Amino acid sequence: MNTIQTTGAAVEISHLSKVYKTREDDDVVAIERIDLQFEPGTFVAVVGPSGCGKSTLLSMLAGLVSASTGKIAIDGDAISRPHPKIGVVFQSDLLLYWRTVLDNILLPIEIKRLDLSKFRTRAEELLEQVGLKGFGKKYPSELSGGMRQRVAICRALIQEPGLLLMDEPFGALDALTREQMIMDMQSMWLRVQNTVLFITHGIDEAVFLADRVLVMSPRPGRIDLDLKIDMPRPRQWSKVHEDKVYHGYVRQIRDIFEAKGVLVAH
Amino acid sequence: MASTDIVSAGKAQRNQGRSMSGKKRARTSWLERYSALLVAAMLIAAWQILVPLSGLSAFVLPTPLAIATRMINDAPLLVAHLYVTLFEVIVGFGMGVLVGVPLALSIFYSRPFERAIYPILVGLQTVPKVSLAPILVLYLGYGWAPKIVLAFLISFFPIVISTVVGLQSLDTNLVNLVRSMGANEWQTFFKLRLPAALPNIFGGFKVAISLAVIGAVIGEYVAAERGLGYLQLQANSLFDTTLNFATVVTISLLGVILYYIIDVVEARVSYKRDDAK
Repeated sequence: MNTIQTTGAAVEISHLSKVYKTREDDDVVAIERIDLQFEPGTFVAVVGPSGCGKSTLLSMLAGLVSASTGKIAIDGDAISRPHPKIGVVFQSDLLLYWRTVLDNILLPIEIKRLDLSKFRTRAEELLEQVGLKGFGKKYPSELSGGMRQRVAICRALIQEPGLLLMDEPFGALDALTREQMIMDMQSMWLRVQNTVLFITHGIDEAVFLADRVLVMSPRPGRIDLDLKIDMPRPRQWSKVHEDKVYHGYVRQIRDIFEAKGVLVAH
Repeated sequence: MASTDIVSAGKAQRNQGRSMSGKKRARTSWLERYSALLVAAMLIAAWQILVPLSGLSAFVLPTPLAIATRMINDAPLLVAHLYVTLFEVIVGFGMGVLVGVPLALSIFYSRPFERAIYPILVGLQTVPKVSLAPILVLYLGYGWAPKIVLAFLISFFPIVISTVVGLQSLDTNLVNLVRSMGANEWQTFFKLRLPAALPNIFGGFKVAISLAVIGAVIGEYVAAERGLGYLQLQANSLFDTTLNFATVVTISLLGVILYYIIDVVEARVSYKRDDAK
């Protein structure tokens, strides 16, 4: 199998805040003064309850939502619109039902007006890597939820993004498919080694996948814990659950949520 | 760029049709498949048999066979008037598309337009367009104009409204997705908004074309020297019930054929929603 060389992008977030206005003209602080730096090629997971501003953070990194104050720079470019080096995977696969799997994967190439013939081989390779060899001519409606999300990941990876943004990508999948996707995600990332921002509700998948876990709490959204995950790769999903180090990390994150009242013990 | 997208969408549907129908065919028997045709045939047969038994005269209710025979014998007459009505319908519907779709786009893209025009349009839809026929004749005379305008007015509303609804019902996450790929609004429209709205737009076209036929015929009822509506009035005044029925069947056939033409175009251009299973 081919290894695709991608250099991860460096991300610098400084004094970033986001304030929304409600209908009643009240201010809601979604993000309050976040400062962060992602080293190129790091897998960063953000865990937090709903409404903690983690999706807002991702939308701002994607250039879809503008910051109220502060700035974001990807490889030194301050972003004001979607940066060409990003790829985004959302919670739902968002495949276009009138396009084949292959044409869905090539959509970003079409939009960027790049040479389609060059990327067709790469699209096939990506499909093979996610276990969907020969599915290029199928339509999304012929695929299961897990397969569709794999196609969405291929679509995000087609342009070899330096920064891959994933917004609860496995949130809509059933438990078993999710486990498989988590394992496959690691293998995929180990091949690509780009910078990833992975938003999730799942403490387990965050610790398993990430080099660094950011724990967020709501109102106002800020980062309560910046945890470096020091476990050798490739990690194995079945073994990691017997691993004391792994459980130590999970415990630390749970402690934060319990202290903040996000998780309440009975 | 845009056209290839739409064409490939058409191919998509045909391929899909091929792979899905295999499964369907196994479950749907021949009888089920043609059940509507079968029921129609039975009703026509019952009509054919019951009319002579009922003692109704041919002036009151001709048999289907008599109507069919008349349609064949008077085909040149019917076709001559059919062309007139067809022309009115096509021009009226075409104007409905040419005005309706751009207006829908304006409503979709411009907030002031949506605020100011859309509610008025929805309100005007309650005006029975048919009741405008006499006024249109008063303004536009006895020629083509009032029929075309009536066909236009009556087909224009469903086109505007279904197009607006189609454009507005798009998942905003999809827009975010293509934006994150760096798409401008032009690309967003042709790669995403338009193909996604096509099923709604064609739904509107289908309603509109059937209504356009009604509009043209009503226009002919009010004042005309040609057209199927005019022919029907002639048949009425001559107590020629068979010709009257033959005209009704011709009008219906016109509506059905135009509807299926749009259906065929849709199959080539648009891809059915996968949630429509």
